Amino acid sequence: MLKDQDRIFTNLYGMHDRTLKGAQARGHWDGTAKIIQNGRGWIIDQMKASGLRGRGGAGFPTGLKWSFMPKESDGRPSYLVVNADESEPGTCKDREIMRHDPHTLVEGCLIASFAMNANACYIYIRGEYIREKEALQAAIDEAYAAGLVGKNAAKSGWDFDIYLHHGAGAYICGEETALLESLEGKKGMPRMKPPFPAGAGLYGCPTTVNNVESIAVVPTILRRGPEWFAGMGRPNNAGTKLFAISGHVNNPCVVEEEMSISFEELIEKHCGGIRGGWDNLKAVIPGGSSVPCVRGEDMRDAIMDFDALKEKGSSLGTAAVIIMDQSTDMIKAIWRLSKFYKHESCGQCTPCREGTGWMMRVMERLVRGDAEPEEIDMLFDVTKQVEGHTICALGDAAAWPIQGLIKNFRGEIEDRIKHKRGTIAAE
Amino acid sequence: MLRRLYHDQPASFAFTPANQAWAEGQIAKYPEGRQASAIIPLLWRAQEQEGWLTRAAIEHVSTMLDLAFIRGLEVASFYFMFQLQPVGSVAHIQICGTLSCMICGAEDLVAVCRVKIADKAHALSSDGKFSWEEVECLGSCANAPMAQIGKDYYEDLTAARLSEIIDELAAGKVPTPGPQNGRFAAEPLKGLTSLKENDSGKYQYNASVQLAVDIGDTVKRIDGTEVPLLTPWIYKAGKAAPAKTAPAKKAAIAPAAKSSPAKPDVAAATEKKPRTMDAPRKSGADDLKRISGVGPKLEGVLNDMGFWHFDQISKWGAGEISWVDSRLKFKGRIERDDWVDQATKLAAET
Repeated sequence: MLKDQDRIFTNLYGMHDRTLKGAQARGHWDGTAKIIQNGRGWIIDQMKASGLRGRGGAGFPTGLKWSFMPKESDGRPSYLVVNADESEPGTCKDREIMRHDPHTLVEGCLIASFAMNANACYIYIRGEYIREKEALQAAIDEAYAAGLVGKNAAKSGWDFDIYLHHGAGAYICGEETALLESLEGKKGMPRMKPPFPAGAGLYGCPTTVNNVESIAVVPTILRRGPEWFAGMGRPNNAGTKLFAISGHVNNPCVVEEEMSISFEELIEKHCGGIRGGWDNLKAVIPGGSSVPCVRGEDMRDAIMDFDALKEKGSSLGTAAVIIMDQSTDMIKAIWRLSKFYKHESCGQCTPCREGTGWMMRVMERLVRGDAEPEEIDMLFDVTKQVEGHTICALGDAAAWPIQGLIKNFRGEIEDRIKHKRGTIAAE
Repeated sequence: MLRRLYHDQPASFAFTPANQAWAEGQIAKYPEGRQASAIIPLLWRAQEQEGWLTRAAIEHVSTMLDLAFIRGLEVASFYFMFQLQPVGSVAHIQICGTLSCMICGAEDLVAVCRVKIADKAHALSSDGKFSWEEVECLGSCANAPMAQIGKDYYEDLTAARLSEIIDELAAGKVPTPGPQNGRFAAEPLKGLTSLKENDSGKYQYNASVQLAVDIGDTVKRIDGTEVPLLTPWIYKAGKAAPAKTAPAKKAAIAPAAKSSPAKPDVAAATEKKPRTMDAPRKSGADDLKRISGVGPKLEGVLNDMGFWHFDQISKWGAGEISWVDSRLKFKGRIERDDWVDQATKLAAET
């Protein structure tokens, strides 16, 4: 198990001093100016060496992403935009950072903005997080008052403004280009790529969009050195990670752990085990609603990192682990996710707008068993037609849970249809 | 999803003075000409003030931001947090119904709302005090099942507890938000498995609940006087950094404190009335919109104040700027955008 001294978010539960003074006592905002004076290239090299992969779901190397930003401005300003629109079902990790350890994020924003030549940073927080918004704004106000951000931020010579912006309840705004549209005051409809945000993002200027956790870990990595961070987890899956475990465990929680921790250790050490014991485990969604589910028996020996879960046919995603025990109706569970995607489709691309509704309606009938057995294959086929045929990944995200269900629990669907037909025949 | 405006709309909308000042502070977060960015925060504040988003409010905000009404309507109907119909006078209850909450008992919570409030989502209860809806994931999955009531999350709920909460709200009380099963935040219920050392026990509540208890505005209609207005990002104009106004106070505000919003720092210079004119010169008024930062709306305001020409503006000193600034209610904008310098150049051209 990860030792406390190797944890980055040392006030994850907010039990310790949450003010700037408390954050400084825990080592944040220490030598920030010196880090910045090492220069842009140094910071990006260190980030690359640390092996940090984006914590928002896709797992793209953060240092590499920063290096795509123009080195010299062509007259346009550059922006850092922090994606705090945490709305992937199952995910509740960034909330803990923003309300309880907000200075990790504010300091990270300063360093990351400097590294990508940005004098301004916007944090886009989901609208429902009203208190989290207030807590984070209070931290930003504290930082301004202490001269840590603003003109000559933290005496580094870099002028830096940080603004908190909020959304109003659209899941799609977690997609980076939809987020930029929303931040510009429009409907959150994803943009075609290219151009990528690093070329033309917010207000048509070079922009990098990073997840809250990716930015908040930066100062600690730079202070303790990339070797320290890369030393945790398996190669290519470096560092620590916030896991959010929900559903049928004895003690659901959010906890920071080492990458590549075994699933069993994560559940036993922090969550008090599966409700009703390991034999009662039916299925696990290991990375938020958009990734395929895995059968319980396959999950027991799993390792929680990007590569290992890919081998299991799923993904680490946001590391939001949803546990379902034998009492769960799997078909209904996935139907609920289909309903979610139907609700949240922005309506821009036809395959997604029509497909999510179509898939939800078929799922609804499968829950009742009111379907033909051939329809299972037809549903699978439709998910394949939605997947990859839309501007953003919401179409894919809507398709994968259903594919995971059909792959792993086909028997259950067939049984239900058979059972339903049996009762009709008997009437 | 198609969402329409409510059939019965009030005639007008206006922000309270404190909310108006707040709104102007928000607009200042975005670069020149990008004021449209502020639309979601402004519409949201309008909804916080009135409980739901009226057509008049959408149009008012659109006008403030120099947007066509349809752009405001697009945003209002796209984002689901905007309530386009009246909600309960005491509270609108939003039950999270997505997977983690569903498998932990959200359907029982919805059943409570059906019985106690109204059978259908968005309908008002018979006494008009409550309304409810099932919403998608609210991002508090480790504390499932949960509901958002007003500004706050009530987590680790049971059907019985939700029922009590509704009764307490109906009786005019505001139950303490946060986990309802004795948990502090999102740590394991049976005790910490990490971060055990340090000065634990410092706070009674987690950060969200602490704010709710301190400010006491969980189900209040927000008029902007709840917390002092702070806009530390507006500092470029003044000589002294206004950020020095001890923003930390915001977190420490006492529950009952109804302090009026702190006035944003006005430049140190004392106000001095500039020379104004009753009408433009015979040659016709200058196009003040050519000053970057001045839109059609501001131009109208400036004309009303008696400014028609670039050379008038170019003559402003610190005292005059301060005079105009305090009347424009756009604190610091004149200096931030350097109107005087711009006007001097434009006056030279004409």
